[in-house]
Amino acid sequence: MSAPTLTPTPGRGRPGGRRPARRPRPGRRTLRARLRRDWPLLAMTAPAAALLLVFHYLPTLGNVIAFQDYNPFVGDDPLAAFVNSEWIGFGNFEALFRDPLFWDAVRNTLSITAFQLVFFFPLPILLAIMLNSVVSGRVRGFVQSVVYLPHFFSWVLVVTFFVQMLGGAGLLAQEMRQAGHEPWEIMTNPDTFIVLVTAEAVWKDLGWGAIVFLAALSAIDPNLYEAAAADGAGRWRRLWHITLPGLRPVIVLLLIMRLGDALSVGFEQFILQREAVGRQAAEVLDTFVYYQAISTQQWGLGAAAGLFKAVVGLALILTANKIAHRLGEQGVYSKS
Amino acid sequence: MTAQLSGAGPVPAAPATAGAPPPRPRRRSGRAVWEGPPSVSGTVAKAVVLTLLVAAVLVPLWAVLVTSLASRGTIDEAGGMVMVPQEIDPSAYITIFSGGDVTRAVWISTLVTVLGTTVSLVLTVLAAYGLSRPGSVAHRGLLFYFLLTFLIFPGLVPSYLVVTGLGLKDSIWALILPSAISVFNLVVIRAFFMNVPAELLDSARIDGAGELRILTRIVLPLSRAVIAVVGLFYAVGYWNAYFNAVLYIDSNDKFPLQRVLQSYILAGQSPNVSGAAVSLPGVTAYPPTLAVKMAVVVVTVVPAVIIYPFVQRHFTKGVITGAVKG
Repeated sequence: MSAPTLTPTPGRGRPGGRRPARRPRPGRRTLRARLRRDWPLLAMTAPAAALLLVFHYLPTLGNVIAFQDYNPFVGDDPLAAFVNSEWIGFGNFEALFRDPLFWDAVRNTLSITAFQLVFFFPLPILLAIMLNSVVSGRVRGFVQSVVYLPHFFSWVLVVTFFVQMLGGAGLLAQEMRQAGHEPWEIMTNPDTFIVLVTAEAVWKDLGWGAIVFLAALSAIDPNLYEAAAADGAGRWRRLWHITLPGLRPVIVLLLIMRLGDALSVGFEQFILQREAVGRQAAEVLDTFVYYQAISTQQWGLGAAAGLFKAVVGLALILTANKIAHRLGEQGVYSKS
Repeated sequence: MTAQLSGAGPVPAAPATAGAPPPRPRRRSGRAVWEGPPSVSGTVAKAVVLTLLVAAVLVPLWAVLVTSLASRGTIDEAGGMVMVPQEIDPSAYITIFSGGDVTRAVWISTLVTVLGTTVSLVLTVLAAYGLSRPGSVAHRGLLFYFLLTFLIFPGLVPSYLVVTGLGLKDSIWALILPSAISVFNLVVIRAFFMNVPAELLDSARIDGAGELRILTRIVLPLSRAVIAVVGLFYAVGYWNAYFNAVLYIDSNDKFPLQRVLQSYILAGQSPNVSGAAVSLPGVTAYPPTLAVKMAVVVVTVVPAVIIYPFVQRHFTKGVITGAVKG
C-alpha cells in the first residue's frame, strides 16, 4: 500500500514486483508466471483505472493551481496556461482568508451542516424503527416503496416540486389567497432558507436513509427482545436497551461520514436556489468556488477555496475515524 | 440468485431451515406473544405519521400530473395547480413532443443515459472482476488506487480545466466520462463477485475457459440482481445530472432535460416549444403554459417511476452490501 502501487496501468512489468521478492516462498510462482496467469485481470481493470487517472487523480494534482495566479489566456490550452502562469505561493489563500464572502460561505455551510445533523440525521432512524414495528408486511412494503421514490428525483425536480407546492405561484399560496390570506413567502425567504433546504433534503432522502437502519434492525436477534420481555422490560426499555445498541455501529459509521463531509452540504440544491433567496443565505462553500472561479474567472482563488475544503474535509474524516476507533467502534476503514 | 449474499444480514423471509436453531420466523408474520397488545394511541400516531409521509410524496406528484393534463379553463378556474381532474387534455404533451427544445432535450438525455450507463456498467463490471481475486498480481495496490478516491477529491476548478483541456467542452462526452466510474458501485459489484464459489471458477478454468468467458458465462448470470441495481444507480445519475451540463454544455441544442426544466420553471423562461399551435381537432390551440411546464416535469419524472418497481426489491441488498463489505 505504498507509492509504487499508484501507477496507472500496471501489468506492463514493474508494478507488483515487490511482492514476490518479499516472500520468496518455495513453490510460489514467479512474477512472470503470475503475470502470464493474471494479465487478463489487469487488462480488465485498466480502462476504469485510466478513467480515474484522468478525471480524478489528474485534477487532484491540478489543485496546485491554487498556488498560481492562473490565467487561462497565457496559453492555447489549460496545460500551456498552467505552465506559463505565475507561481505566487500562498497569495490566493491570503486573499481568500481576507475575503468576507468566503467566511460567509463557510459560516452558511457549517450552520446548515449543524442544523441538518440535529433535524435530519435522526429522522431516518426514527422512520426505520417505526416501519419495523408495523406488523402488516403489505403496509410496510407500500410505505417503503413510496418514501424511497424521491431519492431518484434530481435536485431540479425536487426544487420544482417545492416551488409548485409552496412557492409564490404554488398550490399553498393559491389556497391561501382563495381563503383571503396573504400567502407565506417560503421559497424566497432568506431567514428560513435553512429550514427550507433541510425540508427538501428530508423529502428527498428520508426514506432512502432508513434502508440501512432497517437492515441493521432485522439483524438484531429477536431472542433478545423475547428474553427482555420475559424479564419484564416494556416497549420503551426494549427500544433503549436492545434496539438502539443494535443500531449503534451503523449510527456511528454514518455520523463519521457526515462529519467528514461537514463542508459539503450539496451543490445543485444551492446553485438552483441561490438566485431566489440571495447570496447572503444560500452561498455555501461549493457555490462560492463555482462563482469565484468559473463565473468571475478568479481561477486561483476558486481553486484555493476548493483545496481548503478538500484538506479540511480529509482532516475531519481522519479525526472522526480516529475518535471512533478510540471509542471502540469499527469506523470507516475496517470496511475494506 | 440471492443465495450468495451471505454477509448481508439475515434475509427477512428466511424459511425455517432444518439444522440450525430456528430463529422464530413469527416475528415477520405477526405480532409475537411476548410483545403484548399494541397501545391504541401508539397505533394511531404511527398511522398518522406514515400517512403524512406517503401523502407528502404522492400529493405533489398527483398535482403535477393532473395539472399537466388540464385544459386552460380548468387551470384558470383553479387559479393555478389543479388537484381535481376535470378532463384529460393531452395538448400540452402534443406540444412538447412536436419538436422544439423539450423534444430535443429528451433525446439528448436519453442518449446520454443509455450511452453513459452502458459505458459505466461495462467498465465497472470489468474492473470489479479484475479486482475480485486476492493474490493476483498487484491486487492490493490496485485496490488501494481505487479506494483512495474515497478520501481525496479533485476540486471543481481543476476538473473543469481538465475537461476543457481535453476538448470535451460542449460535447455530450463531458456529461459521461468524468463521472463514468463510481468506485462505490464498483465495490458493491466486486463484493458480489467475490461470493461466487471458487470451485465454479476453477472448474471452468480447467475446462479451458478464459477470464472473459468465465465472467460473461458464469459470474454475470449469477449476479443479475446487483447488476440491475447498479445499472439503475448509473442510469438515474446520468438522467438526473444537471450541474455538469451547466459547466460544460454551452449550446442550447445539446441541453439535457434537467437543464431545460430548470430554465422553464426555476428561471422562469417561457417554454420555447416548436412555436406552432396544436391544431388537432377537438384540442385547445396553444395549451396553457402551466400545463406545458407540468408536462415537462412529468416527462422528467417518468423514467424513474417506470424502472423503479423492477429493481426496488434488490435495493436493500445493494445498499447493504456496499455498507457492510465496502
